Amino acid sequence: MVPLWMYLIVAAIVFCIGVYGVLSRRNAVAILMSVELMLSSVNINLIAFWRYTAPENMAGQVFAAFVFVIAAAEAAVGLAIIISIYRNRRSVIVEDVNLLRG
Amino acid sequence: MLELNAATIAFFIFSIFLVGGALGVVTSSNLIHGALYLIISLFGGAGFFVLLSAPFMAAVQVLVYIGAIAVLIIFAVMLTRSMTRMTEVYNRQWWLSALAGALLLLMLVVGVILPVWGNGGARPNMPISDIVATTEALGVAFVSGDQYVLPFEVASLLLTGVMIGAIVLARDTES
Amino acid sequence: MDINALLNDPNFLPWLIPVGPLLAFFIISLLTSRSKMTPATSAAYGGHHPDYDGMDVPIVTDRSRVVSIIVGMSGALSAWILSLRVVFEALAVQDFGKNVLASSLDWMDTGLTAFRMGVLVDPLTVIMLIMVPLAVTMIFIYSIGYMANDPRQARFFALISLFAGAMLTLVVADNLLLLFFGWEVMGVCSYLLIGFWFEKKSAYNAAIKAFTTTRVADVIMLLGIAYLFFSTGTLNFRDIMYNPMPGQDMAAHVEETGDHSAETAVAEGGAVVVEGEAAAAEGDHSETAAAEGEYGSEAHVITWAAHLGETPAIFFGGISAAGLIGIFLIIGTIGKSAQFPLHVWLPDAMEGPTPVSAMIHAAAMVSAGVYAVLRMYPVFEAGGHPHDGVFTSPLMLMAVVGSVTALFAATIAVAQNDVKKVLAYSTISQLGFMVAALGIGGFVAAAFHLITHAFFKALLFMASGAVIHGMEHGEHHVHAHGHSHGHDDGHAPAALPQGAGGGPLDPRLELAMDHGHGSADHGGHDAHGHALVTTHAAHDDHAEDHGHAFDPQDMMNMGGLRKTMPVTFITFLIGGMSLAGLPLITAGFWSKDEIIAEAWLGTTKGFGPHALVLICLSLAAFMTAFYTMRQLGLTFWGDNRTEEAAHANLGRGIVSVAMTLPLIILSFFAIVAGFVGVLPDFPILGGIFTPGKVAPFGALVEKALVNPVPHLSFNIIPVLISFTVALGGLFLGWLMYWRKPLTAGQKDPMITILGDSVHTTLKNKYYFDELYIMVFVKPSQWFAKNVSYEFLDKGLIDGFLHLVAAVFTFIGDLLKVLNLWLIDGVSDGIPTLIARSGKWFRGTQTGRIQQYMLFVLIAALVIGVIFAVTTGVLQAAP
Repeated sequence: MVPLWMYLIVAAIVFCIGVYGVLSRRNAVAILMSVELMLSSVNINLIAFWRYTAPENMAGQVFAAFVFVIAAAEAAVGLAIIISIYRNRRSVIVEDVNLLRG
Repeated sequence: MLELNAATIAFFIFSIFLVGGALGVVTSSNLIHGALYLIISLFGGAGFFVLLSAPFMAAVQVLVYIGAIAVLIIFAVMLTRSMTRMTEVYNRQWWLSALAGALLLLMLVVGVILPVWGNGGARPNMPISDIVATTEALGVAFVSGDQYVLPFEVASLLLTGVMIGAIVLARDTES
Repeated sequence: MDINALLNDPNFLPWLIPVGPLLAFFIISLLTSRSKMTPATSAAYGGHHPDYDGMDVPIVTDRSRVVSIIVGMSGALSAWILSLRVVFEALAVQDFGKNVLASSLDWMDTGLTAFRMGVLVDPLTVIMLIMVPLAVTMIFIYSIGYMANDPRQARFFALISLFAGAMLTLVVADNLLLLFFGWEVMGVCSYLLIGFWFEKKSAYNAAIKAFTTTRVADVIMLLGIAYLFFSTGTLNFRDIMYNPMPGQDMAAHVEETGDHSAETAVAEGGAVVVEGEAAAAEGDHSETAAAEGEYGSEAHVITWAAHLGETPAIFFGGISAAGLIGIFLIIGTIGKSAQFPLHVWLPDAMEGPTPVSAMIHAAAMVSAGVYAVLRMYPVFEAGGHPHDGVFTSPLMLMAVVGSVTALFAATIAVAQNDVKKVLAYSTISQLGFMVAALGIGGFVAAAFHLITHAFFKALLFMASGAVIHGMEHGEHHVHAHGHSHGHDDGHAPAALPQGAGGGPLDPRLELAMDHGHGSADHGGHDAHGHALVTTHAAHDDHAEDHGHAFDPQDMMNMGGLRKTMPVTFITFLIGGMSLAGLPLITAGFWSKDEIIAEAWLGTTKGFGPHALVLICLSLAAFMTAFYTMRQLGLTFWGDNRTEEAAHANLGRGIVSVAMTLPLIILSFFAIVAGFVGVLPDFPILGGIFTPGKVAPFGALVEKALVNPVPHLSFNIIPVLISFTVALGGLFLGWLMYWRKPLTAGQKDPMITILGDSVHTTLKNKYYFDELYIMVFVKPSQWFAKNVSYEFLDKGLIDGFLHLVAAVFTFIGDLLKVLNLWLIDGVSDGIPTLIARSGKWFRGTQTGRIQQYMLFVLIAALVIGVIFAVTTGVLQAAP
């Protein structure tokens, strides 16, 4: 099999790309997509570790399953929010949402 | 070291899917394209799950992530199309974000992964055993009273809450 | 201390003599001088000075007048009575002269020793104590009348009490410093009294002139005193001039007299120190350290004075220490006794009230100058022997200055028209006589002339005051009857009976009205003596214009006063004759004759100074007789030259009595005082008056000296000289002014005789005043104005102060800027800084979430790096 660290590096790469996307995309939906990337890479990490260090213990997979749940929930709510903002402002550019500006 | 067998080749192909898809998500100006790139990336992830002897996870990935979430994203993209489509892709701080991201990657790889699991690292890189728990065991773990039934139930509550919340948030106010 | 024992101790009594008048001064000053503010135009203020019209001026209340008179007279009488007592006690001392009355106390500690101050009654003091209190008391009585209506009478009595007290202090002093104290206090009093009517400019100018002129002399005298003290370590008269120097051989004396008490006294420093109790217990009088050998022997005691006569002076190598000291002390006398060239103050001092003139110029101040020389005579004589022709520098100085002054002043007197001015110059001249006599060694003669002169000069001044008073009466009378002016001027009302009958009016009220024109009138008039010399038409200070100025002191306005003022005439005549030296019957003759005899004696021996003195004094005596006769003739003889003179009299009442009584008493002394000095071998009279070998006066006075003085013997030539000059001068005066008395408007025959220019020069006192103004006064004023005022005061001192002020102002401005810049800057800057930094920090709140997340990521990275570095995880990597 492929050494563990390769899996980890790939996951890290994807994670960092997701970070870049979150921080630099203007469109809210694109940010959400980048977040999904990050969560996905986390899942990969989890399963890789499960497989390589404790394959008979279900905890790894359970954890990854719950990550799925959370990701789904978060995507749903996030998109609902985005749609709600879009209705109010006709724009989903996150930079325009700066009412917290001081 | 690395044997050149089907598993390794599949690994590399799937990793290309992952990384390429990710890059595509981040750089595409057309959000539909971005969503599709996301699907590719997630598909690569599913492939990884298969390689890692977690077929259930792979299936869930495809069904939930790609089938539900990515589709939901496509719906959202379609619903939130702005009139002017010439907006820029990146915001003002993109270079700083790129730098930060690169640094983060560097740190993770050089600081954590390689020292611990790289050559000469403390942890082993090979699976400990080949005895893998089955999907049945996963199902049992979810509902077994002495395992993970509580988080399972809570998760279902969470999803209910999310559903209600999403409906409330996104419903039409003038009704 | 037992008071009785103290009062019975004759050593202690002399302390009390000056106490009376001094105490009177303090009491009058503190208790009286209450005054009411009265308008300056009121009759009581008299001479309305234009500056005070419209103002209120203080006029002393009647109660204060009475108190001042009573206290003043008490002081003078107490001094007189005590002096007489002391004189009697002193004359009763066994071997008086060697033994004296003395008492002293430690005045100032000077380390191991102490400077002692005290009183001394030796023969010289005795004769002064006979004369001074008598003259002073007479003057006090006279002042009661003279100043009766003066607005500041109480002040006057206070001041003359102080004057008398100072003079008596000087007389009884036992050391030169105490004498100098009295000297200076008299100088101050002369200033205050000459300027008594200070509203008049000429009066206060005269006061300043008197004070500064005598002050110049006093400073030099003080140098002499200092040098004396420096040389000898003591200023006690006995220690310097009578007692042997410390270290002299006492063994011989002890052997001779077996007297050990004196030895201890000498061992204590030779000062005469006797406690009152001890003396009273012993019942005898104190003794001094005895001179070596019996008095009268040929042994000369080596006193300090004699020693100083041998030692050379510092700085001036040519003369002895005693010579230098003597010259300085004589300069003091030149100032105080108005000798040439410091004579200029005395005629101007006539600005003061007449009692002051009498006091200053007869009894007290000028006599003090001569007295000081008499006191210090052994110092002047030290190293020389004038009777043998050996003159020391001080003696030469005195002889020359005295004779020059005598002649010089007499020449001025013949050309004066003011009655008091004549007397002033006569005083200067007579003092020149005394100083010249001392210069040629005539100690006794000078003392004799001092005493007789005091009597007749005081008499003359007071009589002249009475004349002036009378003339002012006449002036009133003329005004009161509206004669030739036709205006009434707030004076006596028109129909007031003059002089002839006092009427039912209260004498004082009558006086008030008579004198309504005021005693300040005297201020106006007495003071004119000075103004008169410069311009004949002197202008009174009365607010009312007389049309023509009438000077009651001008003799040309008098004439025939013998008819209306007989008592004054007789007494003035007696005094004048005494001054002129009418042979045989007047005191002045005897004293002047003795001086001339001394001069003649020396001239026969061929001594130059004696000859100079003889010639100058003879000429001066001649002129004295002449101008005296002139004065008498112009004033009293003939007919009235003016209307005012016709009505001149003293009136009746206390004023006239107070003014004439002293005249009568003093004229008695002016005749009789001479008979104590008749030489024993004088034909006929010598046998009557002088039983012993020496005239009583001389016998007394010469005991004051430790070294014997040669006695004069009778010589017919000086007597003839005295006769000739006196009778000749009187005859000439009679010829010119009595045989054909001057009528109104007639010019003084002196002018035709001397010629206009000479007469004018004499009348203007040889222009000495003008010379002094040019040489001394104007440069001083220039200096005071330009250097002291402009440069030093305004320039340096004010400049320095302005500089200091400028510096501090500058510092203040600097601090202000600093304050503004620094403190305000800080206190304003901090809030501004906070605001700006707050505003800057606010910039981070952009509201952009991605930015926040980026910062979180960066922070996490940083923490991670730090964590990696610190825990060495990085290092663990291969």
